[in-house]
Amino acid sequence: MAQSTADAVALPAPAGLPGSRAGRRRRKPASRKWLFVLPALAVSLCVVLIPVVTTTLLAFTDWNGFSLPRWVGLSNFIALVQEPRFWQAFRNNCVYTFLFATLPMIGSLVFAVLLMTVRTGRTFFQVLYFLPVTIATVILALIWRSMMFSPTSGVVGWLQSVGIPADNPLAHPDTSLLGVLFVDMWSWWGYLTVIYFAALRQVDRSLIEAAVVDGASRWQTFRHILLPTILPTVMFMLLMSIIWSFRVFDWIYVLTEGGPGFSSEVLATLAYKTAFQSFEVGRASAYSLSMSLLGLVAIVVYLRLQARRERA
Amino acid sequence: MELGKSLTARLFVYALLGAAAFSVAFPLALMVLNSLRSNFDILITPLGWPSEPDWGVFARVWNEAGLGRAIVNSLVIAAGTVLVVCTVSSMAAWAIARKDVPGWMLISLYFLATTTIPVQMFMFPLYFVMAQLSLINSPVAVILIYSAIFTPFSLFLLRTYVLDVPMELEEAARIDGASDFRVFTSVILPLISPGLLTVALIVCLNVWNEFLIAITFLQNAEAATATARFYQLTGRYGNNLADLMAVATIIALPTVIFFVAVQRRFIEGISAGAVKG
Repeated sequence: MAQSTADAVALPAPAGLPGSRAGRRRRKPASRKWLFVLPALAVSLCVVLIPVVTTTLLAFTDWNGFSLPRWVGLSNFIALVQEPRFWQAFRNNCVYTFLFATLPMIGSLVFAVLLMTVRTGRTFFQVLYFLPVTIATVILALIWRSMMFSPTSGVVGWLQSVGIPADNPLAHPDTSLLGVLFVDMWSWWGYLTVIYFAALRQVDRSLIEAAVVDGASRWQTFRHILLPTILPTVMFMLLMSIIWSFRVFDWIYVLTEGGPGFSSEVLATLAYKTAFQSFEVGRASAYSLSMSLLGLVAIVVYLRLQARRERA
Repeated sequence: MELGKSLTARLFVYALLGAAAFSVAFPLALMVLNSLRSNFDILITPLGWPSEPDWGVFARVWNEAGLGRAIVNSLVIAAGTVLVVCTVSSMAAWAIARKDVPGWMLISLYFLATTTIPVQMFMFPLYFVMAQLSLINSPVAVILIYSAIFTPFSLFLLRTYVLDVPMELEEAARIDGASDFRVFTSVILPLISPGLLTVALIVCLNVWNEFLIAITFLQNAEAATATARFYQLTGRYGNNLADLMAVATIIALPTVIFFVAVQRRFIEGISAGAVKG
């Protein structure tokens, strides 16, 4: 009896599940399964939920991280929308996410299909393409910064010395963001390829053979047999690409630190620098909050589109 | 699927696959090759072959940069995180998969939502609280944060393994008088152990490579993980690229070997979520 009271107090049944508790109670009178969810919830509450709520509140304060936070209402947000740096970062985020969610999607799909057409070497190519994903971003970023793009010690410098007009994309405001994006995509497309390849292999072989017997062209086979089957995977990876790329941090921080100027600044680096270099934690929280909300908008739009597509 | 029937078509496909493989391997090869050359040679051209390879560089940077310590730190943090993640997420996965907890749907949605939240949305309060508690540079704080970050993914992966465990087995154990805890440890855990292994592999690799939290919460050389230590060294070895590439090679090599050794299970693990939907 004491036990079921504790159960009811700790976790009242939500309205969404009427009656399910009563029914189960009769079958398993001593179920204390909610205890099994508790450790996971406790860890997540301490590290994620409580700090997220705190960050949200901090966004309305002026705080240097040590003294007492001072409530300043909306002034952080008012300052933020008047700041060119914020809009630059936001625009960079949008460009980055758009390109990151489209170019590798298409490229990886092409390579996954190519892998389907060969017999030997599938595993070899998959493992090789996946390799950069297993290496720390900071190492890869440094290889690209100092061994590839650098005009003094990199391949770009070597190209210049043999007379090919190459330049370090990271050093120029017009190309710095694209340079970072290129390295990120270089490291990541193999991951997508491996996942698409796994999805393509689930496609029923007999369907493909039937299509070939019926005289379907390669494009028709892809368009009408392969693509519909792997579409859920593609859409899922698209959503993940949007979520992941919108919070890009490591690549920018190591390759350009947001520069030159603010030309490759994104909201994640802006928030981080504001908190840990200038110790304006309230303002940094406002950046974080806008970043999360804008990311949330992207997800909602995506889910809306997805729902509409399913209804149609 | 046999799209490439003719020899030319097949050669063309292999040429494309090979070109892509080359573009992936080339920068990685530069890292290894240039670690064996002298810094002077690198500045003349990054593309030279190490004609007099300096194999001693690895032992030298290992000692100079304190890599042994950093690698032990990485292993301790990885092991701690794997232990916490596997424990809490397997328990939660069982309860949620069996829908035996009131609000299981809300709890699942909560964990799903946490995976979309950027780290910057919760790291500032954590940092300043940890600073107050003198937990900066402590592996405990980082293990706790990593555990929270990797639990949702692990929970959803393990849930699919739990769903494959027949209910009859659980009920049989219950009829024999086993408690929830006993059913969990002697029926569920052994049967989902392949899933736990996959989780452990993926968590280890991610912890080893993680950057943002590691550089923020582990700031001195003694506490840093291998990856954080590498970042610290980019300042110190900034103009000694040969040594820096040697450190990079030492840190990258274990994960590459590890991945190649377990690639089948690893790829199955990461694609399971995406392919099954």
